Amino acid sequence: MTLARTTSINLLGLKGEPIEIEVDVSNGLPAYSLLGLPDATLSESRDRIRAAILNSGRNWPNRKVTVSLSPAWLPKSGSAFDLPIALSILTASGQLKESDLSKAFFLGELSLEGNLRPVRGVLPTLIAARDRGVTRVIVPRENFQEAGLLKDLEVLAFSKLSQVISFLESGVRAENPTLIDIPKEVAKHDMSEVAGHVENKVALEIAAAGGHNLLMIGAPGSGKTMLAERFSTILPPLDEEEAIEVSGIHSIAGTLKDRNVLSTEPPFIAPHHSTTIPALVGGGSNSIKPGACSLAHRGVLFIDEAPECDSGILDALRQPMESGSITISRSALTASFPARFILLLAANPCPCGRFAGRGRGCQCTSLQVRRYLAKLSGPLLDRVDIRLRVESPTRVELSTSSAERSETIRIRVMKARAIAAERFAQETFKLNSQIPPSLLRERFRPNKDGMALLHALLDKEELSARGFHRTIRLSWSIADMSGVNTPGKNEVERALLLRSGAPCE
Amino acid sequence: MAKNPNAAKLGEVGEEFVANSLTTRGMRVLDRNWRIKEGEIDLVVADREGTIIFIEVKTRSSISHGDPLESISNEKAFRIQRLALAWLATHQRLGSRYRIDVAGILVARSGEFLMDYREGVL
Repeated sequence: MTLARTTSINLLGLKGEPIEIEVDVSNGLPAYSLLGLPDATLSESRDRIRAAILNSGRNWPNRKVTVSLSPAWLPKSGSAFDLPIALSILTASGQLKESDLSKAFFLGELSLEGNLRPVRGVLPTLIAARDRGVTRVIVPRENFQEAGLLKDLEVLAFSKLSQVISFLESGVRAENPTLIDIPKEVAKHDMSEVAGHVENKVALEIAAAGGHNLLMIGAPGSGKTMLAERFSTILPPLDEEEAIEVSGIHSIAGTLKDRNVLSTEPPFIAPHHSTTIPALVGGGSNSIKPGACSLAHRGVLFIDEAPECDSGILDALRQPMESGSITISRSALTASFPARFILLLAANPCPCGRFAGRGRGCQCTSLQVRRYLAKLSGPLLDRVDIRLRVESPTRVELSTSSAERSETIRIRVMKARAIAAERFAQETFKLNSQIPPSLLRERFRPNKDGMALLHALLDKEELSARGFHRTIRLSWSIADMSGVNTPGKNEVERALLLRSGAPCE
Repeated sequence: MAKNPNAAKLGEVGEEFVANSLTTRGMRVLDRNWRIKEGEIDLVVADREGTIIFIEVKTRSSISHGDPLESISNEKAFRIQRLALAWLATHQRLGSRYRIDVAGILVARSGEFLMDYREGVL
């Protein structure tokens, strides 16, 4: 046997492409060549694999070793191919039987010592493998928790290459680590910690119920960041399917360590305003990594000091906000990631930050004030359904402590979402913010009075077509929160108020 | 290696062993240790069909520094190729069929020879 063959998966976005690994060991001077557009990590596999094989008590074939990863045109990346390549080399050099390679699907990075090290993207890789009919997988021990989420796969975890070899040769299994029961997460924050802001909390509640984007404008220290940080605590928990999807994205980005593998807590991602477009939407040349907007999938993307972002950065979010996913193209590859998030923006009212309340102490010129918020582009603001003016709580508000807990609010949000879900039972979407425009004008239109109000504003050109649709979506959420069947004049008026930046009643 | 006075001797012994084993297989030795400024060809033989074979012999007494053949880098292989052409030119044999082989010899402590012979490595 001088030729060995096995399959693996290369991730493109969340989608896995099957890769065929072929290893040929032939006579000739000792050499190793790796074909099929490997990236730097993968090219370095040669030295890892060689040392790992030797240190596992096996022989490195001192002959010409050719490893081919096909399809050849697809750039491949990552260290997860180490284990399948090493086992293929052992097979091609006659140290394992050909049938051994078909006993499982292999995944793992090798250390020089021959230990199996954890890799990124295990969850989406194994989902792709399962969809191609794989039933048994061998993964590094540290990835067991993640791989164990897929109930219909037989997962074997090993910590050494030599253990994998002896399993393939004689069926000796290492004891799988026990799946740790995921502890119930204790939320770090709670809405009740924020004093006052009663109207703002109602607005956040509406945003949570309908999945609406929201902008907060207020002086420094008025509580914008506090409110935003607690926003994810009033969102309903993720269901299992959503949690696996979110964990999959975080697994590729390598940020799964910061979350529980099956955390049902909606992610809260807050990139700094100095972020770049690739960091925000995803990028990379050889392997495309998800950006902040995909890490915030099914959760919250919070951008503090939004006008401080370089121009064009926030506008890169417009496309994922509309479509719920982001497609990144590079010369060699195109990858898609889901990116359905609620966008929270916070901004000071002016460069010095004091143009709030009565505007006392603000030293900015009126031109500066106008220019500051104009950095948030019109098309972006058009996609923001709710605009809040956040003002510091008063003395009275600060001394009363009867604020509602996040849990109480979350229950109301879930109730409103359940009402919406029932209404959308026949549809493909679940949230009010996702109703397509055509349906807003037919099946999901407000009642006659509400429509009359909107039509009047359209005639006066005070509302854009998109603004018109967004107002209706928002009015549905308001209706759901207050238990009204169909939004009427009242709900539409409140929606218009929330859009225009005045505080909610 | 160079400091070791036995190293040159070891190489000679290895080349002798290869030459002997090839002659017993019916090959004719044309040249040994052919040296020009660019380097040296250990062994030149011709097989029964007249193909000229240039052989690089690498001898070691242990594998503590790796397999003998591992020390033949790509550059070294290409140098042997250039030397081979130089040999052919010098002997007015350009155009004849030729190939380049390598032989790794491991001399065991018992004095036994282990030969790893690879044909046509380039």
